[in-house]
Amino acid sequence: MDIHEYQAKEILAEYGVPVGKGGLAYSPEQAVYRAKEIGGEVWAVKAQIHSGARGKAGGIKICKTDDEIFSAADEMLGKTLVTHQTGPQGKICSRLYIEAGTDIDREIYFSLVVDRAHERVVLIASAEGGMEIEELAESNPDAILKVYVETAVGMLDFQARELAFALNIPKSAMSQAVATIKGCYRAMIELDANMVEINPLVITKAGNLIALDAKMGFDENALYRQQRIGELRDKSQEDPRETAASDRGLNYVGLDGDIGCMINGAGLAMASLDMIKLAGGEPANFLDIGGGATPDRVEKAFRLVLDDDNVVVMLVNIFAGINRCDWVAEGVVRAAKKLDIKIPLIVRLSGTNVEEGRKIIVESGLPIITAETLAEAANRAVEERNKAVGQ
Amino acid sequence: MAIMIDETTPVIVQGFTGKIGSFHAQDMINYGTNIVGGVTPGKGGTTHLGRPVFNTVKDAVNATGATASILFVPPPFAADSVMEAADAGIKVCVAITDGIPTQDMMRVKRYMRRYKKEDKMLLTGPNCSGTISPERAMLGIMPGHIYMRGTIGIVGRSGTLGYEAASQMKKLGIGITTSVSIGGDPINGSSHRDILELFEQDPETKAVMMIGEIGGPQEAEAGYFSRDHMTKPLVAYIAGLTAPKGRRMGHAGAIVSGSGESAAEKVAILKECGVHIAPTPSELGTTMAEVLAKVG
Repeated sequence: MDIHEYQAKEILAEYGVPVGKGGLAYSPEQAVYRAKEIGGEVWAVKAQIHSGARGKAGGIKICKTDDEIFSAADEMLGKTLVTHQTGPQGKICSRLYIEAGTDIDREIYFSLVVDRAHERVVLIASAEGGMEIEELAESNPDAILKVYVETAVGMLDFQARELAFALNIPKSAMSQAVATIKGCYRAMIELDANMVEINPLVITKAGNLIALDAKMGFDENALYRQQRIGELRDKSQEDPRETAASDRGLNYVGLDGDIGCMINGAGLAMASLDMIKLAGGEPANFLDIGGGATPDRVEKAFRLVLDDDNVVVMLVNIFAGINRCDWVAEGVVRAAKKLDIKIPLIVRLSGTNVEEGRKIIVESGLPIITAETLAEAANRAVEERNKAVGQ
Repeated sequence: MAIMIDETTPVIVQGFTGKIGSFHAQDMINYGTNIVGGVTPGKGGTTHLGRPVFNTVKDAVNATGATASILFVPPPFAADSVMEAADAGIKVCVAITDGIPTQDMMRVKRYMRRYKKEDKMLLTGPNCSGTISPERAMLGIMPGHIYMRGTIGIVGRSGTLGYEAASQMKKLGIGITTSVSIGGDPINGSSHRDILELFEQDPETKAVMMIGEIGGPQEAEAGYFSRDHMTKPLVAYIAGLTAPKGRRMGHAGAIVSGSGESAAEKVAILKECGVHIAPTPSELGTTMAEVLAKVG
């Protein structure tokens, strides 16, 4: 789960990370008022969306007058910003963060993530900040520093000091740097974050350290013990199809094609999408019904897949272990009848109670296309899709 | 021999008396698994499914001699139960639980480093469908009837895609020594490589099928292991060829977040290591059959 920049800054400030003066605005008038409150001569107006690379998308403006602030805010609010991280549908901006301008001397890249190979937290930093870590990894991999944190003892003072010296932090900002490094690690552990990124971490002309941007991502499996974090969720930043599914306890991934998919298990789902693509089709989504799905649950899942207006064909692929093909078939038939679906429906059932399941499909009298194997199911789905769109 | 479990392995069920634990314990008993008891704190001294219930894993091990456990404990308590099993001397633990926080798993992995290699518990999962040695014993939630006994080892992250592999091979008359699901989480007990090492040592296993997916370094590691240390042929399929970068594809760990983590990159590495690639998920069985025909 991601949160906004201003939320991350508020949290990190509590953990000793230096951040600039700033405030939230929901209208251009508020934005101007916030700038007055903050004081100074230069301000940054920043769109709060769950994405990096906002600057290039027009989501960050440096302003020197009330008029500039007003028009920047007016421009951003209500606008859907598209960055390379948001996908083509973009993300809507409904709040702004107004921040005091900073005199930048130099920029540092700084982040903490879970390293899957070492199975512990790794701190990644570079004295060459200001660009994304992926670009840096390409252009100058030797400039990237890594510090692995031993899970049992946590981030040690000497590790933080070593890193600060390696980054050429000036003496005036040394204690701020150590506090920032240790504070970010403590926030990550105490709040079950899986990512903390400060890019850039800035050294000002006055020799101070300041987190100019901040990003945090959290482990959804740990939200049960992080109530405060759960409350920071902003559903307007999520794919509404995925939100609707997760509210019903179902796992849904929205994609860009036109074949709707209802499958059990993430592995089989990925494999089915691969098959569709190899057959020349594009999946619109996939919904994982999970294990032990009752006919009711299957019906709900079916509706969610069809709720996507892009869907012109639907594929159901179930290899039942702890699921039951007869329950799946019952749910599918019930949903298809209730919704009076007009689009082609391809169903492949395998595993537990497969004979009973197939019988329910055949006896339903519905024009359901059945398939024996994964390949057959995917090929039929793509054939029907091509017919439906007139290709 | 199979790996990890056979019909003689004494097994306890952690989270024995809950709804899910009870259902699958009965299923495993019906399959022929030697379930000798279970653990539910506070219910020690009672009997469930005709087997004794214990308060702690230590009590269960002392009374029954259990060497393996399967875990259906809810996510907030599951990591603790894994460490309890390790401390009680359990040798093989299968964690079925889905939804364990990543940091809990980091602590589990750190805790288990206190044991010497020969004393270390083999953990598979979490968020897995379990392990089955067909027609011998099942430590999981899979449909046992789709598996046929034979000479091929299967290791995969996914449950359902493992079923797909087993059933495709069964149709071609190819059976299985043991099938291991290592789970879909970013940090898991055993990697593909760990399980390949066991199959390489198992005299009954003639070849191995690995079913990987996008995200993380484990498939590449397995490729290098196969190149440097395996005499047996390895067939692999990587799911998620079409997955967009940065999207989590159902499994918590199935996300391309760095270089080398996409399916295409993993396939390229595996090919370089001499691994046989099943080009599509509907050719898992036929690719294995071709490889077997070549090696005789």
